[in-house]
Amino acid sequence: MSNHRVNDTPWWLNQRVRGLLAQLLVIAFVAGFFAYLAYNTHVNMQARGISNSLSFMGQEAGFDVIQSLIPYNSTSTYARVFLVGLLNTLFVAAIGIVFASILGLIVGIARLSSNWLLARLAGAFIETFRNIPLLLQIFFFYFAVMQALPTARQSLDIGGLFFLNNRGVYLPRPVPEPAFWAVLAAFVIAAGLTVWLRRWAHRRQDLTGRPFPMFWVGLGIVVGLPLIVFFAAGMPLGWSIPHLRGFNFQGGFAAIPEFTSLLLALTIYTAASIAEIVRSGILSVSHGQTEAARSLGLPNRRVLQLVVLPQALRVIIPPVTSQYLNLTKNSSLATAIGYPDLVSVFAGTALNQTGQAVVIIAITMGVYLAISLTISLLMNWYNHRVRLIER
Amino acid sequence: MKFAKIMAASAAIVGLSVAASAHAGKTFDAVKAKGYVQCGVSTGLPGFSSVDSSGKYTGLDVDVCRAVAAAMFGDASKVHYTPLTAKERFTALQSGEIDMLSRNTTWTMTRDASLGLTFAGVNYYDGQGFLVKKSLGVKSAKELDGATFCIQAGTTTELNLADYMRSHNMKYQAVTFDTSDATSKAFDNGRCDVLTSDQSQLYALRTQLKNPDSAMVLPDIISKEPLGPVVRSDDIQWFNVVKWSLFAMKNAEWLGVTSKNVAEMKKSNNPNIQRLLGTSGEFGKMIGVSNDWAYNIISQIGNYGESFERNVGMDSPLKIKRGLNALWTQGGIQYAPPVR
Repeated sequence: MSNHRVNDTPWWLNQRVRGLLAQLLVIAFVAGFFAYLAYNTHVNMQARGISNSLSFMGQEAGFDVIQSLIPYNSTSTYARVFLVGLLNTLFVAAIGIVFASILGLIVGIARLSSNWLLARLAGAFIETFRNIPLLLQIFFFYFAVMQALPTARQSLDIGGLFFLNNRGVYLPRPVPEPAFWAVLAAFVIAAGLTVWLRRWAHRRQDLTGRPFPMFWVGLGIVVGLPLIVFFAAGMPLGWSIPHLRGFNFQGGFAAIPEFTSLLLALTIYTAASIAEIVRSGILSVSHGQTEAARSLGLPNRRVLQLVVLPQALRVIIPPVTSQYLNLTKNSSLATAIGYPDLVSVFAGTALNQTGQAVVIIAITMGVYLAISLTISLLMNWYNHRVRLIER
Repeated sequence: MKFAKIMAASAAIVGLSVAASAHAGKTFDAVKAKGYVQCGVSTGLPGFSSVDSSGKYTGLDVDVCRAVAAAMFGDASKVHYTPLTAKERFTALQSGEIDMLSRNTTWTMTRDASLGLTFAGVNYYDGQGFLVKKSLGVKSAKELDGATFCIQAGTTTELNLADYMRSHNMKYQAVTFDTSDATSKAFDNGRCDVLTSDQSQLYALRTQLKNPDSAMVLPDIISKEPLGPVVRSDDIQWFNVVKWSLFAMKNAEWLGVTSKNVAEMKKSNNPNIQRLLGTSGEFGKMIGVSNDWAYNIISQIGNYGESFERNVGMDSPLKIKRGLNALWTQGGIQYAPPVR
């Protein structure tokens, strides 16, 4: 096509201009559609005398929440309620993601084990928990497991330190004394030292090929140094032991059964899916790689650690990201058993007390969208880091 | 993925705004045109609104829905029911999904003023109480320091409890559930020491426990809970129909008109009865229904006293005494303005 011909074409026949126009039209249509919706909703709500603003966020909430990671009482504001709910959601999701990943990895590897019994057990675990609806599992752990435990006065007692009853799981809680900061400082120093040592070990191995038992030395430093300081400072740590007083246990650390059963259900359900993803990732690494590594004389553990897993991760991470997102969003099922997550306290109780349905639901949807996009972003960044770099 | 989320979000907003615009007209006309009343009731509270063994809705709250249908159409059965949780109820009414809400709902200033809704009267004067296991040996609410409470989410109960415990300097934990079923199940299983709710509900929930005799209702009442039907504020005519259907039942009891004697009462020469039953005056016409509106209500549902005894009173498993809910002439505070 010559320049002459292009200049001859009128602009409305130009493919690029046409494409651009079409896109602009679509954008204008979509934007107009949403603007109309927002306007229509607003006008109709005004006409019905339904107040519609964020001003309720500053009002006193007047109700209590059973689990809060930040100071909260019934005189706090609705904005505080929002924060409490959000933190509870993030709390159960974060712990769930860690546990589900660990359990999923173990079960996934176990399913590929050459041990017949282990592989079958892992298979049975996956098929059972992946195929029962999550809500049912939550109900099962809540009503059939946690609430079937004995009452507070007859609670299961492990050594007078740990208590298990239908009000929750009670553990001793460490109470640091003033001198405890020295132990924390020792831990930070040890961690720094380990990072430096790791770099040195890598460099030495690159140069001389001599490996360094990094894991054990690192563990020794990170655990050992704070421990030495701890004893040197005269053990500056007390314990708050749970004890029965009045209706319930006081002191110690308490995990309410709503939290425990939600965490159990989310972890197990998601771990079953992650296990299958791990298996598919490991199987995607061709057998030749394993054989080559073995013929170099690497032990089985090192083969998995140095050859198989790094390559499998590239296959594993994108679908695991979806599982993490699912777990986070599934945590909103908490409302069924009364765990005070964002949906339960903010989109539930706060919505009903204020009647601000549209505003509160919009905020809640926005928050879940933001959480999901953040997880997505982090995982994409990690995926980018572990992707195959061709040398 | 992002796109899918945006679509889902927009679908939700479309749902809201369409619902809002579709019922912008008068509720009264809309109900008249479709031929039945869409009434929001609870998901199951014996005595107030629950489904019986033959699949029919019964209860004190259900009778208000039926009374409105009887006034509108001369037929109490022209009601469609929407079971709602405490959390869903106001949104369902605001969005026009239901025409009226009759679901043991407490009349408060916030709800009257900021939700675009109006309470049409009080069909039960209630107060918040406590249900405890007898084995705890608790005799008064003052002894509940440190206890765990089971509550239903989104109710005034949560707020009253927080106020009460704070003003009495007591610590507590509150486990909040979505439905009254889950609440009573958790109480039954021992998740909490106390179940707190409106006292009428406590009697109803107690009958559902595995062993009703293991629990007792404490004598303390910590709040005022006037329960009644609710409508949207945008239709004063519809508001009047609901309000006066309830008043008609109370006036009938005051005048001694029952479902059994209402046919004879039509011949009564008591002017109050004549006006109520439409044998004199044009009172039905004033609110847009037929003049025998109250006759239809009383012949098909009965007066307030009959409805009370049948659903929650001595003829029911709940055996609740009239108490505050007796007519003002009998030591209670139930009162209705005159038909004149």
